[in-house]
Amino acid sequence: MAASTLRYGRLRAVSAVAVIGFLFTSCGGSSDASDEIRVSAASSLSRVFAELELAFEAAHPGVDVVLNLAASSLLREQILAGAPVDAYASASTDTMTPVVVAGLTVGGATTFAHGSLAIAVPFGNPGNVTGLDDFGSEELLIGLCDIAVPCGTYARQVMSRAGVEPAIDTNEPNVLSLLTKIEEGELDAGIVYMTDVRSASGEVEGIEIPDAVNVAADYPIAVIVEGPNTEGGRAFVDFVMSGVGQEILAGFGFVTP
Amino acid sequence: MTLNASITVKRGDEFTLETSIRVEEGKTVALLGPNGAGKSTAVAALAGLLPIDQGRIVLGDRVLDDPDVGVFVPPDERGIGVVFQDYLLFGHLTVAENVAFGLRSQKKERDAADVKTSAWLERLGLSQLANSKARDLSGGQAQKVAVARALIIDPGLLLLDEPMAALDATTRVEVRRDLADHLSRFAGPRLLITHDPTEAFLLADEINVIENGRITQVGSADDVRLRPRTRYVADLAGSNLLTGTALSGAVTVGTHILQVGDTAIGGSVLATIHPRAISVHRRHPEGSPRNVWKTAIVRIEHFGDRVRLQTGDPLPLAVEVTPAAVDALGLKHESEIWLSVKATEIGVEPG
Amino acid sequence: MSREKARHGRSRPPIAFVVLAAIAVVFFLLPLIGLLARTPWSDLVSLLASEVVADALVLSAIASFAAVTISTVVGVPLAWVLARVDFRGRALVRGLVLLPLVLPPVVGGAALLFALGRRGVVGEPLYEATGLVLPFSIWGVVIAVTFVSMPFLVLTVEGALRNVDVRFEGAAGSLGAGGWTVFRRVTLPMIGPSLAAGMVLTWARAIGEFGATVTFAGNLAGETQTLPLAVFVALETNRDTATALSLLMVAISLTVLVLLRDRWLRPQ
Repeated sequence: MAASTLRYGRLRAVSAVAVIGFLFTSCGGSSDASDEIRVSAASSLSRVFAELELAFEAAHPGVDVVLNLAASSLLREQILAGAPVDAYASASTDTMTPVVVAGLTVGGATTFAHGSLAIAVPFGNPGNVTGLDDFGSEELLIGLCDIAVPCGTYARQVMSRAGVEPAIDTNEPNVLSLLTKIEEGELDAGIVYMTDVRSASGEVEGIEIPDAVNVAADYPIAVIVEGPNTEGGRAFVDFVMSGVGQEILAGFGFVTP
Repeated sequence: MTLNASITVKRGDEFTLETSIRVEEGKTVALLGPNGAGKSTAVAALAGLLPIDQGRIVLGDRVLDDPDVGVFVPPDERGIGVVFQDYLLFGHLTVAENVAFGLRSQKKERDAADVKTSAWLERLGLSQLANSKARDLSGGQAQKVAVARALIIDPGLLLLDEPMAALDATTRVEVRRDLADHLSRFAGPRLLITHDPTEAFLLADEINVIENGRITQVGSADDVRLRPRTRYVADLAGSNLLTGTALSGAVTVGTHILQVGDTAIGGSVLATIHPRAISVHRRHPEGSPRNVWKTAIVRIEHFGDRVRLQTGDPLPLAVEVTPAAVDALGLKHESEIWLSVKATEIGVEPG
Repeated sequence: MSREKARHGRSRPPIAFVVLAAIAVVFFLLPLIGLLARTPWSDLVSLLASEVVADALVLSAIASFAAVTISTVVGVPLAWVLARVDFRGRALVRGLVLLPLVLPPVVGGAALLFALGRRGVVGEPLYEATGLVLPFSIWGVVIAVTFVSMPFLVLTVEGALRNVDVRFEGAAGSLGAGGWTVFRRVTLPMIGPSLAAGMVLTWARAIGEFGATVTFAGNLAGETQTLPLAVFVALETNRDTATALSLLMVAISLTVLVLLRDRWLRPQ
């Protein structure tokens, strides 16, 4: 890990310019940095964080929370390359650790929620999927997240615990695109987060994964030093950890610590 | 086979081409006219690139275009060999491939193509250039290839659209001689489109003069030259064109000898004298002109502000003077006059 | 201007142009320098010798060449019709052909999914009738990359056909050549260089395609993971592999583009 820290350090210096694109994604108008809080959050947190954003902005008028949603691993790479975010919430400790180790967090990371995985099938279950065993079927169109993203790593852990060799047809780059393809009926089944199944309940059906083989996904959050508004980052993280924040998370199906 | 074409084509609002052209087998007819007269339109109509609005085009016993009956034969089925103004050789193909093109495009001729191509290349002196790319040829060479390409398909009609326009003066003379040769050896009807009167006079058996979309005069070269019907024809017939033999500055035309400025030229020549360069006198004139002779007026024609005199033996010529001069000299039919022409006013070129 | 330069007909370029041109060159050069600086030269060979790389290379090659082939076979006739036939709605059709050029590739991929996916407008009846599923297969990749790259070929060829001197076609016709012969022996050779340039552009666009591919065809090593997809995924797992793959793509693309430089620039 030490060697990679050195490499990342050099990388940060060289890639500072590459991050210009990220800067452009934020609203160009704001001149006062303390009015804006930039938060990078994993795709699987899209819907709940949108809710958290609204709640935070209501409680802090004049402040604008800007969400950057993508696969946890992609966000990690951006931060390691020097992207100026104030807070980072990822879907696994594995994706958070390198950021902490690189000394880019203020005070380390905190787990703000737990999640577990579930099988998602299109509404009406056209593939007649009943459980994890069906994932070995060549006839069904099966999708998982790519192994590079937390959802994908978790899914493979579940598969190996269940002793199933999945016949994968696609490794989607993030959990949202996987979910979309299941919703559209282009895939017969996939493994996503329990919370995703709940929030897309009209469009997908969920099938439980037995506790014995399911994984407990840990969602860590941290304040990032690189951001222009670390105070705002701190405030947001505190909000997520607060009673109000935790209630919102629970409402989406996340298990609170 | 004979070409019988009566063509009416409207181009836009301003211009209508309305002509009748007839070309018999073994004859060369020239369609002579200024730019914009409708020559290209006529070519396009005959070649099938432009359907006619009214009329009928018949070649031999085949009807090629008849709007009243609804017959239109597309260009690739007309069997008309065209030598285009810019030759339009396929630059990316070799000379041999260009010449063979028409044959290779027809299934039945493909086998004989090689043999026929070699024969035609030889006939036109192009064998050396067989494998050269068409885009690398000089003007004169390209013209020969264009002619070979058109004749090899054994067309029912040969159409030459300004075949010499793209050549410089020197090449033109040489090529004209060759072309006359090839034309005479082609058995079918030939239609030559040109704006150059000399070309028409030398190559054609019959000249159709076209102006503003209409034929204004039909006749032999002499008819057109000596008895022009319109101002344009009078102007372009312009030069009197005489054939003779030159030797050290003297050109013998029939029984008459003309002194010319060019002492170097020898042999068979074409001499041209512009009608306006000839002075008319009632008595033997004194002066520098080396050519002076007595003759009589055969005809007087008035063209507005110009008068054209036709003179008789020993050298029939067209002479142009003003109406005032005619009055002043009291010129009439059969009047005896003296003509004088400076040696330097007589143009001579090898012919 | 010096005497010597004037003699050779070369004039000194305005200094402002040189400066701006230099900035442009630097703009293109910087990412390449960044890439070369980060390349793990010592591990390069072993990184590229993996199965994932071989699979991606093969898939990219197949898909890009298929795209060029399909684009040519279908695109040249389309270009001909657009250039030569005056029909009602021609402007609309041309706009349609331009659409993949302006649509974000992911949107293109999504649209393809809605049309040709298993539950797509055309895809569903197709699936029900034949059991054929286009996404998640090499066919999906070919469709996606062809969709985004064919416009290049159509537009290039259409432009070339418009500039052809049709009198030559008339000459060929007068010699007895029918429509197809005229096209094959006269028109096509005359647009040769432009067609070649169009094919190169098409190939270049096809091999670099990412958004439409990942959205429509999915991402599976050995089945649908082309080089760009492999790079994207590698960026998040193994930075060195990503760099090596990127370098491979740059090398392939540069080689092809430089080799075909003459065709591109050769005058008609």
